Amino acid sequence: METSSKPVQIASLPLDELETPPLSLGQLTWRRFRRHKMAMFGAVTLLLLFAYSFGGALVLPESYANYADTSMRLTGPSAAHPFGTDTIGRDTLARTIYGGQISIIIGLLAVLIENLIGITVGALAGYYGGLVDSILMRITEAMLNIPEIFLLIVMAKFFGGKIPEILMFGRSFSGSVVVIVVIIGLTSWMYLARIVRAEFLSFKENEFVLAARATGTSNFEIIFRHILPNSIAPIIVSATLGVANAILAEAYISFLGLGVQPPTATWGNMLDGANNYLESAPWLWFFPGLLILLTVLSINFLGDGLRDALDPHSRAM
Amino acid sequence: MTNNLLEVRDLKTRFHTPEGVIHAVNGVSFDLPEGSTLAVVGESGCGKSVTMMSILRLIAIPPGEIASGSAVYCGVDLFKISESEMERDVRGKAIAMVFQDPMTSLNPVLTIGRQLTESLRVHLGMNPRQCQKRAVELLELVGIPEPVNRLHDYPHQYSGGMRQRVMIAMALSCSPSLLIADEPTTALDVTIQAQIVELVKSLREKVGLSIIWITHDLGVVAGLADRVVVMYSGFIVEEAGVDDIYEDPRHPYTIALLEALPRVDRRRGSSRLKAIHGAPPNLLVEPHGCPFAPRCEVAVEQCSVENPKLLQVNDGHKVACWVDVKTGAPR
Repeated sequence: METSSKPVQIASLPLDELETPPLSLGQLTWRRFRRHKMAMFGAVTLLLLFAYSFGGALVLPESYANYADTSMRLTGPSAAHPFGTDTIGRDTLARTIYGGQISIIIGLLAVLIENLIGITVGALAGYYGGLVDSILMRITEAMLNIPEIFLLIVMAKFFGGKIPEILMFGRSFSGSVVVIVVIIGLTSWMYLARIVRAEFLSFKENEFVLAARATGTSNFEIIFRHILPNSIAPIIVSATLGVANAILAEAYISFLGLGVQPPTATWGNMLDGANNYLESAPWLWFFPGLLILLTVLSINFLGDGLRDALDPHSRAM
Repeated sequence: MTNNLLEVRDLKTRFHTPEGVIHAVNGVSFDLPEGSTLAVVGESGCGKSVTMMSILRLIAIPPGEIASGSAVYCGVDLFKISESEMERDVRGKAIAMVFQDPMTSLNPVLTIGRQLTESLRVHLGMNPRQCQKRAVELLELVGIPEPVNRLHDYPHQYSGGMRQRVMIAMALSCSPSLLIADEPTTALDVTIQAQIVELVKSLREKVGLSIIWITHDLGVVAGLADRVVVMYSGFIVEEAGVDDIYEDPRHPYTIALLEALPRVDRRRGSSRLKAIHGAPPNLLVEPHGCPFAPRCEVAVEQCSVENPKLLQVNDGHKVACWVDVKTGAPR
């Protein structure tokens, strides 16, 4: 038996090769995110839905989506119309494509407005505290006390139809799209403002804020360049979920007939009227409903994954 | 006679809290001649940091309040100028500050380079390329290896000692004339402490700084300072040249502090280190009498009645005590 063992050869590499380059925050986040199965499912599904809405437009022209062939009213799925046709004979497939664009754009723009207001209000209240905080938070609470759906309906009724058609991205939209975006943005920033305020309240006590002040950094810079990047994780998560909520909000005001006005399609206003044909023409509500469901679900999964991935306390690599 | 870079007179800082008014700084006056190093020593909570933060107006108002006094820097009273002037011309530009804990003084989500160039951008209006160049110079100056690569690192990739070097580099970035170091070595281990002290000493010569060095470690002060101010409970109790403090301390508190300091030159086994009994006074109570009297070994009746004034006893040596510790006789 060979007992005299040779010393195990340890791989000797120059120091440069042994050293693993440190991972940036972005790389760490991506590593954690990748392990989150549901979030990856959500992200992939969302990409597919984007491809469907924006890529589909390259195949079917918008005029086709708005073309009413009254001889083909309420026909079920067929080779010519895979998703069937609606009450006035428009192709449901094409309408879900163009409706998807509007729904997604509404979701994103509404969240943009929500974030602008929410972050500003929350940051100012949290950073300055005192009177500024009291005033801004009372306004926030007042807004929270009004039922959102009620506010949405009143504002939609008030502003709806007052804005003319607009041209954007080479398409003409019903002006009601803008109204809906603004309304949803204006009625949804309160929770974000509270989150941001709480973040600022805790971060402003940090020594690095004092150190920044000691180097002569202005309050504006401290708020937006020092504290805000530290609170970006909950903001991103809230924004993701906000997109889902905005899409849902658009769906139910459009369902009530107060949202985006036809002929501009959205997933929401496609459901308007479909309730009269629940059994006789299920394709009317099934396809837009499924798309809304998939989008909202994916975004929620994505938000969950981002929350875990962006959480600096999470040690999972 | 050299010019005084900073003259602080009768500075009083208070904090209004639900429990009552905290008398944090009670009439502090001192001068800082240009190019000199002043050490401020005293135990925790004696008002060292609050004094310096008051000078830079970094105290949160409310609850803080600078009740009286002046801090004249180069002929300008820092308490009389506007907040925006303070931001633009003083903080980080004329007077820079280094804080105690380098682990929390850097923003964890911004790169070192980004934080280092902040004041260059704000105060000197440098463009990104100039900023980058100066940042590399600064990191070299404070002895960070491979400065070009390390600019893109985040604070968590630096060790404690390196972070404090970065803090010093940040403080020096706009070539201030006064550096206030608030216990910059307290959070570091002893070898790193020594490195940082050496670094500051060499920088003092290279860039010609005046320094106010806050510490509770008299050992660090010896090799660094020109003059020493001893604070207790928001008062200055003794002020002297660095040699006088060690060889001829006149205030019972200073004596007690020095006796509590381990020294290599003391005879072995001669005595245990002496602790100062009792605790610092409650700052909520309006001070009357000498604040150190309850803990003082030589206190006389007068001590609990009236607070002694800071009086000249020797050339450049001031003491606030009713008793002449040399003779034991009341003054």
